[in-house]
Amino acid sequence: MAAALAARAAGVEDVLLLERDQHLGGILNQCIHPGFGLHHFKEELTGPEYADRFVKQVEEDGGIEVSLRSFAVKLTKDKELSYLRPGALEEVKARSIILATGCRERTREMIQLPGTRPAGIYPAGLAQKMVNMEGWLPGREAVIVGSGDIGLIMARRMALEGIAVKAVIEIQKTSRGLVRNVVQCLEDFGIPLYLQHRVSMIHGRDRVEKVLVVKVDEELKDIPGTGFEIACDTVLVSVGLIPENELLEMAGAEIDRKTNTPVAPEVNLTSVPGVFACGNACKVYDLVDWVTRDSGLAGKMAAEYLGSLK
Amino acid sequence: MNADVLIVGAGVTGAAIARELSRYKLRILLLEKEAEPAFGVSKSNSGIIHAGTQNSPASVKGWLCVEGNRLMREEIAADLGLNFVQCGQLIVIFDLADLPELEKIREEGEELGVKGLELKDRAWLNANEPNLGPEVKAALLVPSAGIISPYRFVYALVENAVKNGAELKTSRKVSAIRPLEGGGFEVVAGGEVFRTRFLVNAAGLYADELSALAGAPTFKITPRKGEEYLLDKKREHIVNRIIFPLPSKTSKGILIIKTSDGNPMIGPTAHDTPDKEDLSTSDEGLAEVLAGARRMAPSISKSDIIAYFSGLRPVSGKDFIIRHEDSVPGLINAAGIQSPGLTSAPAIAVMVAGILKEHGLGLEPKEEFHRLRPRPVHLFQVPLDETRRLIGKNPAYGDIVCRCELVSAQEIREALKRGARTLDGVKFRTRAQAGRCHGGFCTTRIMKIMQEELGFPVTAVTKRGPGSELIKDERK
Repeated sequence: MAAALAARAAGVEDVLLLERDQHLGGILNQCIHPGFGLHHFKEELTGPEYADRFVKQVEEDGGIEVSLRSFAVKLTKDKELSYLRPGALEEVKARSIILATGCRERTREMIQLPGTRPAGIYPAGLAQKMVNMEGWLPGREAVIVGSGDIGLIMARRMALEGIAVKAVIEIQKTSRGLVRNVVQCLEDFGIPLYLQHRVSMIHGRDRVEKVLVVKVDEELKDIPGTGFEIACDTVLVSVGLIPENELLEMAGAEIDRKTNTPVAPEVNLTSVPGVFACGNACKVYDLVDWVTRDSGLAGKMAAEYLGSLK
Repeated sequence: MNADVLIVGAGVTGAAIARELSRYKLRILLLEKEAEPAFGVSKSNSGIIHAGTQNSPASVKGWLCVEGNRLMREEIAADLGLNFVQCGQLIVIFDLADLPELEKIREEGEELGVKGLELKDRAWLNANEPNLGPEVKAALLVPSAGIISPYRFVYALVENAVKNGAELKTSRKVSAIRPLEGGGFEVVAGGEVFRTRFLVNAAGLYADELSALAGAPTFKITPRKGEEYLLDKKREHIVNRIIFPLPSKTSKGILIIKTSDGNPMIGPTAHDTPDKEDLSTSDEGLAEVLAGARRMAPSISKSDIIAYFSGLRPVSGKDFIIRHEDSVPGLINAAGIQSPGLTSAPAIAVMVAGILKEHGLGLEPKEEFHRLRPRPVHLFQVPLDETRRLIGKNPAYGDIVCRCELVSAQEIREALKRGARTLDGVKFRTRAQAGRCHGGFCTTRIMKIMQEELGFPVTAVTKRGPGSELIKDERK
């Protein structure tokens, strides 16, 4: 939304904004905790409040056409985009494309967490969606693997819902999340954070029953004799985010295999002229305020690119 | 209820037998202990339709495999609308001193009737499989091998059997079997009592216990665990054929497997375990699989892995056990169906039908046998123009639920109509949740569609049946 608005402000007449969900705002809608907007709006907002400020501006802008429940399936280097929505396959040719496709979560599978594959193992963001969007409580006793911000936020969220959060397990020496989240989400709720530990086994046939935790040394190798069990029915996995750039890749842009981000000399650029990637698709940000700032820049860059074509 | 033939186990063996028998005027009942078919041994199958090589010509399974492969290529794939791809396989050696081993596999294969076997040198491999590593010195090409989705094969067999009048009952674990006076059995399963003339045991890992329950403790099943690791679709073309090393005494070795959905797979390990429920994967298994696969294709890396699972092969000795138990008249065992069981299943089914006939079951063909099963729609398999036509027919094909694998709300609903009752059942049928994000984005949407279509509360949605509920409580 920030990119669309900035492109309009820079003189672009006709903007099409595609969103796969039925609402604008993306993941912000499930982030009902405060902490958003301190830099951009100089006040503290929740995720939905923050998103809503942009939704209002987009709705008031006559030059932005919004298409919801719209899923892009194909993008070429000539900026021909095909998307599906209920009832139609649409094809548009744009003069410039901005991808603001965000991230997906790294999964249990990507960190090769050993053990069985029962119900009760969720990426932290999915658990957040279940609790905050649907009102579904995924379990009663939880262990969180990884100390990313979503995991920390969910530790507090679940504690507030009466779910016993027994531990956060982090293989590194320090938390991956913001310090304020470690303090406000774990320490304030008395949830133990085990640094330099890993889950070495998940047990349970149909539903998670317990996990085995072990301390690791400097080389991340298990230290014998340090293993202990934690009984739980739920494991949340919060081990980082991966930019979603499969569409960009389809358009032939060069992608860094390690980070899954576009290879380009500066922020928002890609190796395909006129195709930009902004926000968490460009790089993983820790604050939405910086996403807004750089995405606004992407809208401006797209406008300048269009100007250069004339 | 009364049946002519009661089959225990809706894995690939039981499903193929049910479909084969549904050609005839018979009352057929197929019982499954899990919530859906294919949830036992079959779901973790590699999906290889073997040619028949790497089996002794003296074995029953060698002949059944060759015949099953022929049936798949010539009839079943087309009849049941399956996405069978005859990609071929290579058995590679790392030392030219092993050439006589390859020659032996070729001779035995040819004796079994496998066609087109050819030894290939390094120059041919360079041209046709450029990602094989320098350690690979030569290979045997086996052109009739191919790949299929193992669970979608089972679902197709079951659906077609049911279409032809067979009855499927899931969540029916057999707890007692009593012989009836004058022949036949009374079978208690999931609290229900069934009567049948013939009992076919296709109970996979539990076939030994079921046979004993029926009065024939004549064999033992030892699970042999295999861990498999799936790679990202981006590595789809790492190899063009299924790559095997020379087989060991207990397995065909660590393979690089193409799959019909595009993701290559590496594995499986082969280690005996006493536990029939042990489906865990391990750090050791991962290391073993990576080392084995990288010896053949060194560019495979740990970061290519997007999913993993393990399966248990129901092993009893070296060969399949397919026989009438003369000590318990009316009991036919189809047991110890380890590799190449998926390939052999259609041929096993014909063999079991023959045994039933031999023991007095009349096989009178139905006037009309519905041989064909319409191919389900999978948007990920069709070009965009076809997608456009489908959306014109039903707008819900344009309503995308699973973004990683391109699965629409309509495909989810069709899977539920065809019998899916669990999240895994939806995943196996549609691929929704099987991609890179592992359901991170689509799980809640699928759960909501399940609630709408099946009419049960969210707390009753399970991953794979009772006990695997996803949601414990709803927020007050």
